[in-house]
Amino acid sequence: MKTFLRRWWLPLVLLAVFPLTIVLPQTGIINPYIDLVLKYIGINIILTISLNLVNGYMGEFSVGHAGFMAIGAYVASIMTVWVFPRNLGPYIFPLALIAGGIAAGIAGLGIAFPSFRTRGDYLAIVTLAFNMIVKSVLENIEPIGGPRGFMGMDKLSSLTWVFVWVVITIFLARNFVFSKFGRGVFSIREDEIASGLVGVNTRQVKVLTFIFSAFLAGIAGGLFAHQLQFINPRSFTILKSTDMLVMVYLGGIGSLGGSILGATIFTLVMEGLRTVLQLIGISQEWRLVVAPLLLILLMIFRPKGIMGLREFRFLIPHKERPEDLAEYRKKVLATPED
Amino acid sequence: MSLLSISKLTHFFGGLRAVGDFNLELQAGELIAIIGPNGAGKTTVFNLVTGVYRASEGRIIFRGQDLIGKQTHETVSNGIARTFQNIRLFKELTVLDNVRIARFARTGYSPIEALFHLGRFSSEEERTRRESLEYLQIFDLADVAETTSKNLPYGQQRRLEIARALATKPTLLLLDEPAAGMNPAEVERLMELILWVRKEFQVTIMLIEHQMRVVMGITERIKVLNFGETIAEGTPKEIQNNPRVIEAYLGEEVEA
Repeated sequence: MKTFLRRWWLPLVLLAVFPLTIVLPQTGIINPYIDLVLKYIGINIILTISLNLVNGYMGEFSVGHAGFMAIGAYVASIMTVWVFPRNLGPYIFPLALIAGGIAAGIAGLGIAFPSFRTRGDYLAIVTLAFNMIVKSVLENIEPIGGPRGFMGMDKLSSLTWVFVWVVITIFLARNFVFSKFGRGVFSIREDEIASGLVGVNTRQVKVLTFIFSAFLAGIAGGLFAHQLQFINPRSFTILKSTDMLVMVYLGGIGSLGGSILGATIFTLVMEGLRTVLQLIGISQEWRLVVAPLLLILLMIFRPKGIMGLREFRFLIPHKERPEDLAEYRKKVLATPED
Repeated sequence: MSLLSISKLTHFFGGLRAVGDFNLELQAGELIAIIGPNGAGKTTVFNLVTGVYRASEGRIIFRGQDLIGKQTHETVSNGIARTFQNIRLFKELTVLDNVRIARFARTGYSPIEALFHLGRFSSEEERTRRESLEYLQIFDLADVAETTSKNLPYGQQRRLEIARALATKPTLLLLDEPAAGMNPAEVERLMELILWVRKEFQVTIMLIEHQMRVVMGITERIKVLNFGETIAEGTPKEIQNNPRVIEAYLGEEVEA
């Protein structure tokens, strides 16, 4: 029983929380404002994990992830508004999100190619340009509203869906990180040349990571669009990318637990600030100063973040936990192969 | 046929000819050294062979395959592994992960299988984990498998680098100054280790080294480079008495 619980407590907890995400908002135990904040936390967790894969785990520096988010948001919205029959909306919503994720993933593939040749500052500039291109292109496509934006989506992003996608994201990201591809990603951050020279196909790893990362950002974009029910190109500027950077470097690079913490703390702080500014009667515009300022302070005082390169035990697959590895080692090496 | 056949290999860095007209026939099972003063182009030869740089001119044929234009990981899967002058471990990663990364190409599952833990994922991960631990055990590093590699003492880091290189199952092992920074006792152990590795793993070894004890003690053939040019080639005895080699290392004799 004890070993059963040790192994399965996490899925069991998630299974128990799942119905709560349906019941609590409906019965009003969670009021609409808290419901909204929880959803933003969820969406931000997905975004932070997405950016952390590239910036934290792989050690590249993308400052344009809002571009991927925008693509996901627009494609998913177009799907639910124009393509799919409206009455099927709530059921077919995951497909719309996945379509948005795939579209963003294709853009991620495009960004992966420059990363073969450039690194660091130069790749950062490439991603920055990408972010601007996406915004400008969206502003110039009249049928989807141009600079006025796109609307007409139903409010399909329920707390339940956000919860489900957060769980899926963490599950997939964990599996990716603790696989040969994840180890390849780590080795690229540590020493790209050495990585290739011990046999890691660095190009393949970069392509996979960018696609996966962009896919997740696209999913988050779709969820975001179907919460707000209105998107416009200005929602996805470098400011949005900056928010993501702050969440990654606050929570900790190369850490899923850090991503969860970073996204949660940042969302709560920004919401808290909204109330505080209202109370003392200062313009809400000042919130825009906080994120970049936080980024500067983090870079100076704690560049690895709260959880930098560390992981919560429950986010490490069983066989990969240090003590399990040690146990396995003693077992394998004690009995020579026959 | 030779294992590695390099002909007329030339490489420029801007206007500087780092390696000029380098030729080498390496037979399977040999243990040879490339020596020469600093900046002679020794490491550049290694970088050209392993695909870090693309040669300006010349041919590198390894086991019948042309290596020019190959990416680094392709030369590794062809059977060439190397270590580095200044140790280049994945410092923040564990000892075990350092070796597991070297098993990248030999761990056979697709990204989809990895993401959803399907198909061959579990069995291949298990195999990689086990085989990597076995490599660590051979090099007496199993006890520190879960340690972050930057926390290892210097000698163990050197051994880990060799273990990591061998985990790619090479036929040719390139060692770039393996004895750098070692005291005489450590050098002695290293020489034994190199000879043992050659026998145990059936690898051909080419090494760059400044410590003459290593070069003269264990290699069968030596190539001497100076300013990118090959100035001498022969057995350790021949090289020791070669006037051009002495000149390259000690400078020309000046008439009084």
